Amino acid sequence: MSIWEYANPKKFMQTSSWALPWVTGLAVVALLTGLVWGFFFTPDDFRQGSTVKIIYIHVPSAMMAINAWAMMLVTSLVWLIRRHHVSVLAAKAAAPIGMTMTLIALFTGAIWGQPMWGTWWAWDPRLTSFLILFLFYLGYIALWEAVDDPDTAADLTSVLCLVGSVFALLSRYAVLFWNQGLHQGASLSLDKEEHVSDVFARPLWLTMAGFVLLFVALVLLRTRTEIRARRLRALEARERMA
Amino acid sequence: MLALLLRDIRLATRAGGGFGLSLAFFLIVTVLVPFGVGPEGGTLARIAPGILWVGALLSCLLSLDRIFALDREDGSLDLLATAPIPLEGVVAVKALAHWLTTGLPLTLAAPVLGVLLNLPQTGFTWLTFSLFLGTPALSMIGAFGAALTVGLKRGGLLLSLLVLPLYIPTLIFGAEAAKRGAEGLASGTPLLMLAGITAGSIAILPFAAAAAIRVNLR
Repeated sequence: MSIWEYANPKKFMQTSSWALPWVTGLAVVALLTGLVWGFFFTPDDFRQGSTVKIIYIHVPSAMMAINAWAMMLVTSLVWLIRRHHVSVLAAKAAAPIGMTMTLIALFTGAIWGQPMWGTWWAWDPRLTSFLILFLFYLGYIALWEAVDDPDTAADLTSVLCLVGSVFALLSRYAVLFWNQGLHQGASLSLDKEEHVSDVFARPLWLTMAGFVLLFVALVLLRTRTEIRARRLRALEARERMA
Repeated sequence: MLALLLRDIRLATRAGGGFGLSLAFFLIVTVLVPFGVGPEGGTLARIAPGILWVGALLSCLLSLDRIFALDREDGSLDLLATAPIPLEGVVAVKALAHWLTTGLPLTLAAPVLGVLLNLPQTGFTWLTFSLFLGTPALSMIGAFGAALTVGLKRGGLLLSLLVLPLYIPTLIFGAEAAKRGAEGLASGTPLLMLAGITAGSIAILPFAAAAAIRVNLR
């Protein structure tokens, strides 16, 4: 039993059809509990008022925006090294989700920033890196759409993902160098003294878990769709041959 | 390899090669900026390094799809891929040829256009130097983008979408170095970072670009 068994589309479909309802259910439960807890059963912050509660969407979506790219990087590498189709289809499936997460993080940040910083947008390093990340997602998806042959597209987008990762990291540090920040530091960390108060942190952990599960559920669903679409295309091709 | 370099330069400089095009584009962009932001000398002087960097970057972008597309059309790319020299070397040489016919002229033209934008006296050396260090990275990254899109029929727009995010770090450090130079500050750090990006791009991207070309020629 190894992870490579799931490279077999059939095995993947079997396992994911069993896992998908569970993951989806857990995601719904975690998100509902976390959000209701966070929105209605935590006190207002003494300086930020109720706007603090946007943290329950902003922080998890920002986390997933980065992790989605990291996942795409790993699955692209797996495709380039071991040529497992499921792997690259998962990367393809994850890209629009990651892009949406980036957009959610940017928008919730803007909504929070307007009353708090007095501006919708500032050229702060964190904000700017997210905008750049959004552009990378855009390019990746556009390249998938532009190339007709699925294997060529998979190869090219994987190479782009690898090179893009290097340049995205580089941009992150370049942007830090370029401008001073307005954004606060890390909200959660295990070893630092100063972070979000436990009252807010507990529901936040829950929504973060919810976002991870939601992401997994969406990736599974979209990968299954991609596999089915491929099967359909293969069947159609066989029909035309016959 | 030398023959390939000379061939590419000859092709680019002859009629229809688009040699003057990016220079003309650079000139026009620079001329348009004062119309957009107003002719006050102070404002122009402040934004001049950044504008010149962005202008050079866009002009560079204009000629990128020529790196491989024409060779692909007439089949010489297939010949180059089967030639006894490694494809990585072909990519590097083609990027070099692109730089010699685009990046270098842009670098040399930038100080002249700096006069139009009222660039401070101290800025000229640093602007030229930062462009000289940075434009090879632009050509190399562009060659990678061109390699990715060489199989597409209308790859030009997609090429810009792919390449522009990759240009961000180069632009940040390049423009920062030029700006600091113009303001009389020390610009060693951004210049070093810029040189690092260029060196790293030249070291790594030929391999990625060659891999993309192999996929596209399959």
